[in-house]
Amino acid sequence: MNKKGKSVRAKERRAGWIFLTPATIMILVMSFWPMIQAFITSFKSGKGSLLTWANPWNFNYARILQDKIFITSLKNTFLYLIIEVPVMLILAILLAQILNNKDLKFKGLFRTMVFLPCATSLVSYALIFKSLFATQGLINQVLMNLHIIHENINWLGTAGTAKAIIIIALIWRWTGYNMVFYLAGLQNIDYQVYEAAKIDGASPWSTFWKITVPLLKPVIVMTFIMSINGTLQLFDESVNLTNGGPANATITMSHYVYNMAFGQGVGHFGYSSAMSFVIFIMVAILAFINMKVGDTRD
Amino acid sequence: MTKKKKNRSMVQRRLIPSYIFLIIWSFISVFPLFWMITAATNTTVDVARGKVWFGTYAVENFKNLLAAQPLWKSMGNSFLYSIAQTLLCLFICSLAGFGFELYADKAKDRLFAFLLLAMMIPGVATMIPLFTMISKMGLLNSVWGFILPQVATPFMIMMFRNNSRNFPPAIMEAARIDGQTEVGIFFKQYMPIMRSTYAAAAVITFMNAWNAYLWPKVVITDNRAQTMPMLIANLASGYTIDYGMLMMGVLFCSIPTMVVFFVLQKQFAEGITGSVK
Repeated sequence: MNKKGKSVRAKERRAGWIFLTPATIMILVMSFWPMIQAFITSFKSGKGSLLTWANPWNFNYARILQDKIFITSLKNTFLYLIIEVPVMLILAILLAQILNNKDLKFKGLFRTMVFLPCATSLVSYALIFKSLFATQGLINQVLMNLHIIHENINWLGTAGTAKAIIIIALIWRWTGYNMVFYLAGLQNIDYQVYEAAKIDGASPWSTFWKITVPLLKPVIVMTFIMSINGTLQLFDESVNLTNGGPANATITMSHYVYNMAFGQGVGHFGYSSAMSFVIFIMVAILAFINMKVGDTRD
Repeated sequence: MTKKKKNRSMVQRRLIPSYIFLIIWSFISVFPLFWMITAATNTTVDVARGKVWFGTYAVENFKNLLAAQPLWKSMGNSFLYSIAQTLLCLFICSLAGFGFELYADKAKDRLFAFLLLAMMIPGVATMIPLFTMISKMGLLNSVWGFILPQVATPFMIMMFRNNSRNFPPAIMEAARIDGQTEVGIFFKQYMPIMRSTYAAAAVITFMNAWNAYLWPKVVITDNRAQTMPMLIANLASGYTIDYGMLMMGVLFCSIPTMVVFFVLQKQFAEGITGSVK
């Protein structure tokens, strides 16, 4: 009896490992192994598949520090990050808070509309915004008709406005997405907490800061990590809205790495790998900081 | 009764700022998509002139689109890649989620924590080695080349693992006493009971696969193997852009995801937040 029971448990444990095997192999082969290879490649130079060890060994990394376009792409990515992420997350919490109100009518309709931008692909919405903000486009027409501007503005051809439009587009696409997390988080908070706060005479403002934000903290930290991760890897919008232009003024890091590796007639795999490894380190550091900050449960 | 009514109207009055904010944001959310649909029915001149209502040029735009790009081929590719990725990813990741949660021990937990680290690896970092690997395997421009790097994701494994907590262990014991094998339990007990998780996971995987852009751009070099996002990006890459035709392309690229969104919105929302619980 005892022996039989034991053998069943061993069989179960083995079955458990078998279930994990396909996923584990795929992640090792398709994520970790390429990451190691990228690290090795980052010490090589040459073009395409004809790569030799770089001389000196840190040639590619030294080049990054001298590369004006990479520095620009780094600045751009962080500019998008610093402006877009807080604005978007605050809007998302606000919308979730409003939509969580029991007395609100047409809740489902509003939620669907706020959530709707998530149904479009990144390339699609980038092209829609590109068309709306074209020199001969709707936005210019409307502003002309309202006599706010007197000649068409080349929104995407000017560095400052092009960056602003990337940020606006990002906020448009991702606010509803993040709202879904907060809405799910708010639904876990007992509504009576709010009723009690109301009876105690707390203002909506202090209710928001003293109840909603602390209770949503784990969700906020998670959306923060996801947004930072996503923004550091921004690619589709940079390619399709502005193509990095004018003159690389709006290019993102991922876009520049792609251009260096697969752009016309380049194939600098070694240098691209070095830059991508730098991005990886940044993602890892920021995720680590966020997790530490989020871990202080009091 | 009247007091209650008065109370209710006062509550609604206090909500007026909320309604205004919601209406403004809803308008901002919906307008670009509405405009996209109207622009698909107008000439490029009318689009540039700022027309925001339906025109009569839809058929022409559609014909121009067919002449400019292999529309049906690309739609077919996108469906093939997305459905193949969804089926395979769901199978592999649910198997892993099942194994990690219901056969949990220390070693498996450690492996799980290790696999989660893959979440931090940026796509742009693995892109070059994966390209070399896939091209050595002769899988460029193929469905396998498209899906292989995405068939096991930490996000999906985590989603299945977390949702597996709702799977009653008593069912497993009962099935074992009935003489079912562990594999049999997965197919006959786990899969049917977890169908709502499968639905949410399917929606999110399909959407991600359909919308993917960076990896397809790397692994697909032949126009005939391209996806819909690649097709519309090509439409917009010329020096002069036909906006009516472009928006017709964007519309085609968006129809499948819009349908999924409206029909399976609940599952989509669950899929987004799925790994959090």
